[in-house]
Amino acid sequence: MKARAFSYFRAATIDEALDAHARAGDDARFLAGGQSLVPALSLRLQAPRLLIDITHIDELRGVRREGGHLRIGALTRHCEMLSEPLIAEFAPLLHAAAPFVAHPAIRNRGTFGGSVALADPASEFPAMTLALDAEIEIVGASGRRRVKADDFFIDLFETALQPGELITAIHVPLFKADQRFAFDELARRRGDYALVGCGIMATCTASRIDDIRISFFSVGNTPTRAKEAERSLIGSRLDAERIAAAQGGLEGDLAPPDSDEVPPAMRLHLARVLLGRLLGRLGEGA
Amino acid sequence: MSGFGETLLDATDETVRVRFVVNGRKVACEVAPRDTLVDCLRDKLELTGTHAGCEMGACGACLVQIDGRAAHACLIFAVQADGARIETIEGLTESGVLADLQAEFHRRNALQCGFCTQGMLVNAQELLSQVAQPSREEIRDALSGNYCRCTGYEAIVDAIDAVAKERMKARSAGGGGT
Repeated sequence: MKARAFSYFRAATIDEALDAHARAGDDARFLAGGQSLVPALSLRLQAPRLLIDITHIDELRGVRREGGHLRIGALTRHCEMLSEPLIAEFAPLLHAAAPFVAHPAIRNRGTFGGSVALADPASEFPAMTLALDAEIEIVGASGRRRVKADDFFIDLFETALQPGELITAIHVPLFKADQRFAFDELARRRGDYALVGCGIMATCTASRIDDIRISFFSVGNTPTRAKEAERSLIGSRLDAERIAAAQGGLEGDLAPPDSDEVPPAMRLHLARVLLGRLLGRLGEGA
Repeated sequence: MSGFGETLLDATDETVRVRFVVNGRKVACEVAPRDTLVDCLRDKLELTGTHAGCEMGACGACLVQIDGRAAHACLIFAVQADGARIETIEGLTESGVLADLQAEFHRRNALQCGFCTQGMLVNAQELLSQVAQPSREEIRDALSGNYCRCTGYEAIVDAIDAVAKERMKARSAGGGGT
């Protein structure tokens, strides 16, 4: 339960961090909150030669409004999702999801950018970037780019990040008056990974849904949008019939992996239950 | 640790000097990059009140305060903590901030083997600093990251609940200030 020996480098700037990674010939990992990486190192699931500590890079900090977006610095800690007023006002879905992320002491150190970069399919925040139609801001040797969350999550722990690239921030469209959101998850015990979880962002006129993004986690190799369910809801009122139709759509949207503990049929059933509850809540607010 | 020398990659086992403030005292020690903070506290600084349990962030036995917030000392390498302010159970005990929690744990026998107790206390202090009057459900939620292998949770929840109420009473008696 001890990490293999490695070298440690504390980077002061993004350039220093990228340069260190390049010199290590990709046998390096960036270290932010470390709440997933350190256990992975201890279990020797990973054993890089070099750890590059990026937590002292000022440019990766801070939450601020930028035009129609909230720019959430990669080093924003999970606990700040609960305490930062800009998040509560302009990204309330993240504020709602934050209490479900692990335990308080983990939230005190874990970072938003780190969670998105790791892309654990059972984690709350990667899935919420999908629901929010967020953009991931990335820097690497070849410069800066932005990737839509829809294009970011590729496969199990595989993202659009190339070796040596770093997430600098996540851009989230500002929450608007005609939008509604809902979040919940089903877990055996609070703080455990969810059996299934879901976040929803909807734009409504009166009680008609003009646009909706439904994102599930813990149901496959990546965070997953329920596009068929979304299609069945757009342009409609949220009545019992529509909700049932959306629940039915999940069959085509989700393909839970086989597992002895939670068979796919059970996870799909739980997803339907959860979607029904969340849409019910959205409907009450409409 | 500043500057990226060409030799750095060959120096994986070489110790580095880290400095931090532990329980109000400035401390310097030599650590290998892979030494976790909990090992450094216990082995180098002989602060054995912090326990190493699962060493993967699940059991909460190693909780300390880093820059004022509860954190797992097994999920941070000592080199990362360079420059930080750390409070362990020894320091928190000396300062008296936990005295009421400790007395209540004692009074209610909210510990059996005691292995998890300091982590429970650090976590309870964190909870009560965030939520003045937690419900029993909220206390249980907050404790979900702290394993008691004797499974004596009921008395622990009782103790935290009682202290929350006492602290509220003391605050309102003190004129509503924080």
